Amino acid sequence: MARIIVITSGKGGVGKTTTSAALAMGLAQRGKRTVVIDFDVGLRNLDLIMGCERRVVYDFINVINGEANLNQALIRDKRCDNLYVLPASQTRDKDALTKEGVEQVLVELSHNHDFIVCDSPAGIEHGATMAMYFADDAIVVTNPEVSSVRDSDRMLGILSSRSRRAENNEEPIREYLLLTRYDPLRVVNGEMLSVEDVQEILSLKLLGVVPESKAVLTSSNSGIPVILDRESDAGQAYSDMVSRYLGDEVPHRFLHPEKKGFLSRLFRG
Amino acid sequence: MAVNPNPRKTDPDGSRSFELKAASFTLPIIRLLDANVEAVAARLGAKVEKAPDFFRNTPVVIDLSDLPSGVGAIEFPLLVGLLRGYGMIPFGVRGGNREQNAAAEALELAVLRESYVRRGKSANETSTKEIDMEVSPTPPREAASSTPAPPARRPGQGFMLINRPVRSGQRVYASGGDLSIVAAVSSGAELMADGNIHVYGPLRGRALAGMNGNLEARIFCQDLQAELVSIAGHYRVSEGIPTELRGVPVQIFLDQKILRIEKL
Repeated sequence: MARIIVITSGKGGVGKTTTSAALAMGLAQRGKRTVVIDFDVGLRNLDLIMGCERRVVYDFINVINGEANLNQALIRDKRCDNLYVLPASQTRDKDALTKEGVEQVLVELSHNHDFIVCDSPAGIEHGATMAMYFADDAIVVTNPEVSSVRDSDRMLGILSSRSRRAENNEEPIREYLLLTRYDPLRVVNGEMLSVEDVQEILSLKLLGVVPESKAVLTSSNSGIPVILDRESDAGQAYSDMVSRYLGDEVPHRFLHPEKKGFLSRLFRG
Repeated sequence: MAVNPNPRKTDPDGSRSFELKAASFTLPIIRLLDANVEAVAARLGAKVEKAPDFFRNTPVVIDLSDLPSGVGAIEFPLLVGLLRGYGMIPFGVRGGNREQNAAAEALELAVLRESYVRRGKSANETSTKEIDMEVSPTPPREAASSTPAPPARRPGQGFMLINRPVRSGQRVYASGGDLSIVAAVSSGAELMADGNIHVYGPLRGRALAGMNGNLEARIFCQDLQAELVSIAGHYRVSEGIPTELRGVPVQIFLDQKILRIEKL
């Protein structure tokens, strides 16, 4: 049976799709048979980030409606044999996601995959609740700013009450925090919430801190998951995150300003 | 230490113009067994004819939970008009599905949450104090558009214990007893109890103790950062909490109906 991971946040634009692509690629590179599903029906982006937008024929909704079978809709990644992408439909809306349909697809995927990564849309409406309903693990992507933290908190509340595990009184979803777009320099200057601030509010296991990085935008625009950019800090941070998710103890990096400028050296005394 | 009883700069007379309290009522319920309003009208007419005074100016709740599943939309405008015509004051619905609740809300009918249903039922079964607890993921306004969550736990004792963080948007109500939280309460979360409230983590949300009007109820917390605290309807918002009492262990209680916050 596959483990189902939802990447969620509540707030938009915090890096859910970037994280989904990086996690899926990272798991696949470590030999895990992985599929990543775009739940953002109507606003699909994952195919672009994964660089497979020109190979989309059938999509998730086609499979749910029985217009195509899974093998027709799954797109195998060209860089990694263990990785498949199931794109969202761009022409439908999120109501096309039925609980039964989603469950059927997940069950079928479970048979021959190790991990199913669900890229949730923003918000707490139908699309987002469908993405998280069947999850075993949840990675809550949060930016170090108050509105994102509050939305993540709201999402965590929904995870603990409206998932299949909650409704069946099973062991609750394992929840992890991923802090993205972290700028240590701005934290030092008091312009941004620190890791400790966010953790104090959300009281959650920290899976990783991804620094604000130009590499993310560059990778996204060229359809390469940023985890493949091993030179970049963001790519390394995502790689660490995957290791931690798989149970390795990896120290957190990129928490402090890298180059000690004159000013910061002065203030740190 | 004593706290300024009237931190908001309103005139003293104005601040006593009302009290916010909770109370429970026994109300007649119109339990619909048929979605056909005309059929209801015929039978109701006969019933009211027998005791017209009984129904005059009586608030009623429309119960939709026993309708056969799969019935179409209820014609609320017709139904409400019908009930009003007989002198009743239909003010809310319960047990409806999402569409029905939305239609009821459109007519400004209150959508009563499941907890009211359960409490009503348990009151019928036993006359002793019955404890009813639930963790609802949605505030009442949203409850109309989403199904209420099942109760988190029902230990059958006079208190409720929660050892997971209470997140923004979650509401916890310990009916008939104390509420203890051994975790953080996020901003945007709401704690309610008929008895005392104890919080052993940072309290950043709202805490309302003595919901049934119990003036003796208290709130105890390790780290007060609340948005709002209230005892039996006497409340204070974050702005009115002195800074020296924030972030420290305190107890909150009523002294001569004045909300006091005291360091522990």
